[in-house]
Amino acid sequence: MASNREFFNRRLHSLLGVIPIGIFLVQHLVVNHYATVGVESFNKAANFMGNLPFRYVLETVIIYLPLLFHAIYGLYIAFTAKNNTSRFGFFRNWMFLLQRVTGVITLIFIAWHVWETRVAAAFGNEVNFQMMQDILSSPFMFGFYIVGIISAIFHFANGLWSFMVSWGITVSPRSQVIATYVTIVIFLALSYVGISTLLAFV
Amino acid sequence: MSEKKMVKFIIQRQDSENAAPYEETFEVPYRPNMNVISALMEIRKNPVDASGKATTPIAWDMNCLEEVCGACSMVINGKPRQSCSALVDQLEQPIRLAPMKTFPVVRDLQVDRSRMFDALKKVKAWIPIDGTYDLGPGPRMPENKRQWAYELSKCMTCGVCLEACPNVNSKSDFIGAQPLSQVRLFNAHPTGAMNKAERLEAIMGDGGLVNCGNSQNCVQSCPKGIPLTTSIAALNRDTTIQSFRRFFGSDHQ
Repeated sequence: MASNREFFNRRLHSLLGVIPIGIFLVQHLVVNHYATVGVESFNKAANFMGNLPFRYVLETVIIYLPLLFHAIYGLYIAFTAKNNTSRFGFFRNWMFLLQRVTGVITLIFIAWHVWETRVAAAFGNEVNFQMMQDILSSPFMFGFYIVGIISAIFHFANGLWSFMVSWGITVSPRSQVIATYVTIVIFLALSYVGISTLLAFV
Repeated sequence: MSEKKMVKFIIQRQDSENAAPYEETFEVPYRPNMNVISALMEIRKNPVDASGKATTPIAWDMNCLEEVCGACSMVINGKPRQSCSALVDQLEQPIRLAPMKTFPVVRDLQVDRSRMFDALKKVKAWIPIDGTYDLGPGPRMPENKRQWAYELSKCMTCGVCLEACPNVNSKSDFIGAQPLSQVRLFNAHPTGAMNKAERLEAIMGDGGLVNCGNSQNCVQSCPKGIPLTTSIAALNRDTTIQSFRRFFGSDHQ
């Protein structure tokens, strides 16, 4: 079925964004929210997540491989579009553009974030509250994290909307409008979780 | 009435398929209720630009003059639409005309829309009923289904949805909303449904349905108000089911 490769790739790209990447994102944001409780709680949670059995298998299968496929294929999708929001300023066309912009920002952010935490951990640094406090003490890095996290959450929430259209779940215009409201609420709720966590480190 | 009211047009022109585009300005005497085509006809009578320099008449396509054939589509003040139903009284002046650049420009405002007719062939947008003997009457169609299917049949292959789509461009081979919605139309027909899987397989090929990025410009721009994004979402569901059937099932090839 070589002629259906594009169909398979696009559907896989859409699915991977939600399962497992989207679920991982929500889990990651929620677990990190322990930072608002205190240093102890955060370190305990980070320790638990970092010492799960089969950690490397879980990381590779649930995070790295899906993320790599989603990122590389997503870049290809983003750069085959010719954005035209100046001529067609409709709400969904702006979401279309923002989905591509936030995708690229999120990719840059995640690459840096993995380098700074996971790769550093592989070289023997301990991932704990202190590490994040050091990173976020720089105002530039704090800003970078705010932009990166908001981008990732937007990309997830709006991606959830297009996932539901792409798989044929929301077909009628009304269901698509309601899905828009639901994804806006998801965006706001997760943004609160993410930002309040960041503020706990400063 | 000593001074005549004039309407100013800025028209993007192109002498041949590969020539560089350039702009020319024209002034046309105002008449009540005039449309863009009547202005182009006026220029054709005496092709002289606003500075008085003689030029060639402008080339454009037209046919029905009542917004049902789709031939006279062009970009008017930045928006793709039919020039027959573009009334001068409702347009901001100067009126800017340009060809729909998503298609190959033949000359001036005339474009080659063959890609849409090729796409209709690719997705088998017809109902095969020819046989060597009388096949008899087909199955009946429910009236409520006929009503929404009729809306889809209003498509006039004008190309506005393709011009508005950010994913239909020179970097991609996406066929666009127009042929996709026709697949939904012919799959909805009780006789056409007999070839449903063939049409679904066709739009699951390269350049097909999955290239839609949900910008939904098509449905906002369609002059016929066709629910294009509903068609696309419905086909998303149908192709999801089709792909599962093909992979797990046995008699759905």
